[in-house]
Amino acid sequence: MSRFLKLSYFTLVFIFLYLPIFIIIVYSFNNANFSALWHGATWKWYRLLFSDSAILSVTGNSLVVGILAATFATVIGTLGAVALFKYHFFGRKLLHGLIFILIIVPDLVFGISLLVLYSTLHIHLGFWTLLLAHVTFCIPFVMVTVYARLKDTNKHLFEAARDLGATELTVFWRIILPLMVPAIMSGWLLSFSLSLDDVIISFFVTGPSFQILPLYIYSLVHVGVTPEVNALVSLTFVATVTIVLTAYYFLRKQHAKMG
Amino acid sequence: MYGSNGRLVGRLYCPMKRDGFFRQCSIVIIFAWLLFFALLPFILVLAGSFLTGSEHEFLSWHFTLQNYADLFQLLYLRIFLRSFYLAGITAIICLILAYPFAYIMSRFSESARLFWMLILIIPFWTNSLMRIYSIIIVIRVKGWLNGFLLWAGLIHQPLHLMYTQTASLIGLVYTLLPFMILPLYANLEKFNWTLLDAARDLGAKQLRRLFKIVIPLTLPGIIAGMLLVLLPAMTIFYVPDILGGAKSLLLGNLIKNQFIEAYNWPLGCAVSVMLTIVMVLMIAFYWKMTTPKERRELM
Repeated sequence: MSRFLKLSYFTLVFIFLYLPIFIIIVYSFNNANFSALWHGATWKWYRLLFSDSAILSVTGNSLVVGILAATFATVIGTLGAVALFKYHFFGRKLLHGLIFILIIVPDLVFGISLLVLYSTLHIHLGFWTLLLAHVTFCIPFVMVTVYARLKDTNKHLFEAARDLGATELTVFWRIILPLMVPAIMSGWLLSFSLSLDDVIISFFVTGPSFQILPLYIYSLVHVGVTPEVNALVSLTFVATVTIVLTAYYFLRKQHAKMG
Repeated sequence: MYGSNGRLVGRLYCPMKRDGFFRQCSIVIIFAWLLFFALLPFILVLAGSFLTGSEHEFLSWHFTLQNYADLFQLLYLRIFLRSFYLAGITAIICLILAYPFAYIMSRFSESARLFWMLILIIPFWTNSLMRIYSIIIVIRVKGWLNGFLLWAGLIHQPLHLMYTQTASLIGLVYTLLPFMILPLYANLEKFNWTLLDAARDLGAKQLRRLFKIVIPLTLPGIIAGMLLVLLPAMTIFYVPDILGGAKSLLLGNLIKNQFIEAYNWPLGCAVSVMLTIVMVLMIAFYWKMTTPKERRELM
């Protein structure tokens, strides 16, 4: 393949991936309610967004669930990864298998499984059922991230600490955790973004009492999504790009220093 | 010697008790959580597929095989076939699009690879429903695609894509393409390119090098990508919901409707079990075709 052909193919795929995002942003400035036609540019939707209590409250709910789910999943997943890495115990293989299955199983099957569980136990659907579901589907991703990092660290560090008299808890607190900080952070971020964007599992495990942003949008797609939602999504896009590029800049700087 | 360091004393006097506590805690927490919130629900669905249900009581404890017999009705068989067909086409299109892309990316310098990887992942962090929804703007009758094609003179009548299977297909490829790119890229990144030089020196032509060396060695990536695309393609119900309309009902919509609209939970459970069996077969195939080392490299 010639260089030109390669680059144009590469660019085309990226245009394909980014075109819908471009459209979301363009239509967040469209001066019309539901229309797909262009009616001139306006800032109106951004202004209205911040006075629309419905959107703000579901966004708030999504953020609360995202932060809590990511935090709980990170704590449980990190502990779990350490247990899986350090100890041999009865059922270790089963645990490995469960994590693999949780990652690969379609969201839909997991969602209805939890719905059946909650309904068997007569638990009302709402905030708690949603949070527990999100924690559960985030745990495997944290475990995989932390476990991969644990495998790459020098095992002798843990043994040396033990020989010098540290308890298991001390080893965990003073040696493993500091070494795992990058993996724990990326596990948290991954969980947070998975939780924030989940439609399928949430659809089954939350009730009318607790609405979150993806489900609010889903309820609008057939009647027409208001441009305020475009404005909100555009803002989150700009925020992500800023965060990711800043992180990239610092990563490169660090890389240059080390190399 | 003992008294000067409290921690040392503690460790020497009762090492097992304190150590065992952390060990047990960490194991018990993760184990209990996943048993209760993952294994138990899956078992309940399996059990539910053998039960009867009504609108008042979604699942009641009467054993039956009727739900599985119901699956063989023509209506459902048609949905199965359509789902497998559409998922298969989606996976093949994703593979064809993703392979050259992953190849090109894997030949970049290391810092460029990191940068483009981030650019590839950024769309993931933008609400996926809204991204699918805005595809309507592109493919509707007066949309951007028709505008472009008419302007370029490639078509003379606008294409009616909305609410067809093709629309679902476009949405599925769009959503799942990165899931094909990532495992292929992980595979190609570790590829030893000197093998190709060796093959060239031994006289192998370009196509022969591709089919005899590159593709066999990236087979684990291809199969992993297929696995990651096929299953969601059958079950992301919101894509056919938004783009495909009622005519392109897929397995995911069928399951969802049994739970939300038809209140036939046992049948929904039975469809899920069937889907899980398909999943297990695909994983078994993946296991058979790859070595543990190859799996570790991809995971």
